[in-house]
Amino acid sequence: MSSETNQILTTDGIPLEVSLKKAERKNKIKAFLLVAPLLLFLIITYVFPIGDMLFRSIDDKMVTQMLPKTFKAMENWDGQELPEEEVFAAFHEDFIKLVEDKREGKLSTQLNYTKNGFKSIIKKLRRASKKFEEGNYKEQIMAVHKRWADVEYWRAIQRRAPEFTGQKYLKGMDMYVNEEGKIVSVEEDRRIHRVLWLRTLEIAFFVTVFCFLMAYPIAHLLATLPMKYSNLLMICVLLPFWTSLLVRTASWMILLQQQGIVNDFFVGIGLVADDNRPEMMYNKTGSYVAMTQILLPFMVLPLYSVMKTISPSLMRAGKSLGGTPFVAFWKVYFPLTIPGIGAGCLLVFILAIGYYITPALVGGASGTLISNQIAFHMKSTLDWSFASAMGLMLLSGVLVIYWLYNKIVGIDNIKLG
Amino acid sequence: MASKKDFVKFDKVDKSYDGKVLVVKDLQLDIAEGEFITMLGPSGSGKTTCLMMLAGFETPTNGEIYLDGKAISSIPPHKRGIGMVFQNYALFPHMTVYENLAFPLRVRKIPKDEADKKIDKALSMVSLQGFAARMPGQLSGGQQQRVAVARSLVFDPQLVLMDEPLGALDKNLRESMQYEIKHIHESIGVTVVYVTHDQSEALTMSNRIAVFNDGKVQQLSSPDELYEKPVNSFVAEFIGENNTFGGEVSDISGGKCKVKLANAEILANPISVKGKGERTTVSLRPERALINPSTKMDNLHKGKIEEVIYHGDHTRVRINLLGNPEFILKVPNSSSNLDIKLGNEINIGWNSDDARALDPK
Repeated sequence: MSSETNQILTTDGIPLEVSLKKAERKNKIKAFLLVAPLLLFLIITYVFPIGDMLFRSIDDKMVTQMLPKTFKAMENWDGQELPEEEVFAAFHEDFIKLVEDKREGKLSTQLNYTKNGFKSIIKKLRRASKKFEEGNYKEQIMAVHKRWADVEYWRAIQRRAPEFTGQKYLKGMDMYVNEEGKIVSVEEDRRIHRVLWLRTLEIAFFVTVFCFLMAYPIAHLLATLPMKYSNLLMICVLLPFWTSLLVRTASWMILLQQQGIVNDFFVGIGLVADDNRPEMMYNKTGSYVAMTQILLPFMVLPLYSVMKTISPSLMRAGKSLGGTPFVAFWKVYFPLTIPGIGAGCLLVFILAIGYYITPALVGGASGTLISNQIAFHMKSTLDWSFASAMGLMLLSGVLVIYWLYNKIVGIDNIKLG
Repeated sequence: MASKKDFVKFDKVDKSYDGKVLVVKDLQLDIAEGEFITMLGPSGSGKTTCLMMLAGFETPTNGEIYLDGKAISSIPPHKRGIGMVFQNYALFPHMTVYENLAFPLRVRKIPKDEADKKIDKALSMVSLQGFAARMPGQLSGGQQQRVAVARSLVFDPQLVLMDEPLGALDKNLRESMQYEIKHIHESIGVTVVYVTHDQSEALTMSNRIAVFNDGKVQQLSSPDELYEKPVNSFVAEFIGENNTFGGEVSDISGGKCKVKLANAEILANPISVKGKGERTTVSLRPERALINPSTKMDNLHKGKIEEVIYHGDHTRVRINLLGNPEFILKVPNSSSNLDIKLGNEINIGWNSDDARALDPK
């Protein structure tokens, strides 16, 4: 063949490829315009918030902007001994400005995150600074409180110089950067987040397992029963969907509490003594029970949609070829439901990992999840950057699971409906 | 081979799904070993139900089915050792062709080398060597069908059931598959019970055909007998083309009867009429009636040509004859000298032997 590529021309002499592109351009534009509103919606409601969250979680500009001159002066400081007068003077200048704007309180809060003990000495400094004389600020500031003469505190201030920081992420994993700049874990008795992460994974995992065990037979029934029964069953499965999440959780509270219906029943049939009623709520059990029930439809529906497509003659073929009902199920039916199992498990696990209301209401202290901690920081401590950091960690955890799933099962194998 | 006459035996089998309607009524059917028997009938006639009862997926409401002398109602499907080809092939979509064929052998714990030989043999039987590694989804409909047939035969069952296996194929493929299945049956001598609603399929393939209607076997006989000598008007209507005259028997004697129509009288062969005055439907195959017969025929009537349709090898002529405006004639296109023109009056003759007086419709 000649090296020259044989270009196919249309009857008008235009290359075929060009002509094809021209012919399809209109359709492409039309298609794009059709999806454009959705694209815009996704960008506004999804990409922007997540981007903002990411930014917020690493943003540390506040202190940088409060003490611009100090940090500039600190650039030449090696951090070994107390800084020079130059740094103190710059700090004083910044501080006076903050006091004028009444923002020194915010500074004390921020610095206190880095090292405890800043709150009181900043208050003292504010009072003392009114009587400061010009010049020799090092002496004057150090005289306010002995901590101002401690190099540790100046190092703590220096650590806040960068505009961006990953320390919120470290905090989410119960770690921090110590004075020497090394990443270390906090003391054992102060590790709260790791426990929560592990518990979140554990509860999500077991809720997925329970949902799978319960949903598989239900979905199979749904797919094989005659229409009039399967419709009724379908309504029973979907009913929870149509009921408020709060109502469902509240009804579990009624059922599971110590004087509740389930406990009454156990006492009634003599399973437990009246004065020894088990606690089934405000602990992990409560979270397991309520979350499994609430997330069950998310497992049933993908399984059902897959099972519906499996021809009953396949099981029959398996049996007629000599397989026992179990072999026919295990070798023929079960492998064909794997796309549904994958979809259901992924869905339930991802939903469970970020579950909030139910564990907050029935989980008690030992049944709350990481999402409850995130909410706590959003609403109570107002440490939004920390909440954002944990939210992003949760998101990346989900993405990792998704990635693993794709590696193991393959995402094309998923079937949601 | 001393083949058994009643290798499969349906003994007074009834089947009802809802306790109100019988879909199979008092079925009595013997199938000989090595026979190719077809259950033919319109949909809802109970033929598939019979097959499912034989396979073990439905239980008879009453009566018993015997396979090789053993009652099988209490044997679950997987222990019956019956091969089955399903309507939609029912190949396992997640297994390769090889694994599909290996399935019945693995559950029977047949050693791998022996199994491989059997699989090779089965695949070559349906001329699909070299396809073992394919997935069913990569095969055409005809190839999938062959795999299904090979799979039903690979474990050497004594009996193979086929439930409308060719229904999803196009016409040409269906015809070639018919011959292929017929040849496989002839070469390995397995007993085949075949279900279809396609009469030409049944006529081509079977040793015997059981025509089902309304839960009952209407006629059980060889294909030629079924076509030439239908025993009732349902079979006559269902198999092939058929011209009918409804009338009343006016005389019966010497193996012939006179049937009085609205404005004429014809001679017919009394099959299911016994005496004078009975209502009857006379059935006559289109190819048995001739235009301007050269030989003497005992029925000869004049009719008017209503429609002429050219069919390549033959011409179909619709004639208004003795009050039946739907009387069809098939004229071979070699006899071009005949005066077949729209509106012409022509003479039509047939032998009374071919006009079968059956039960009234």
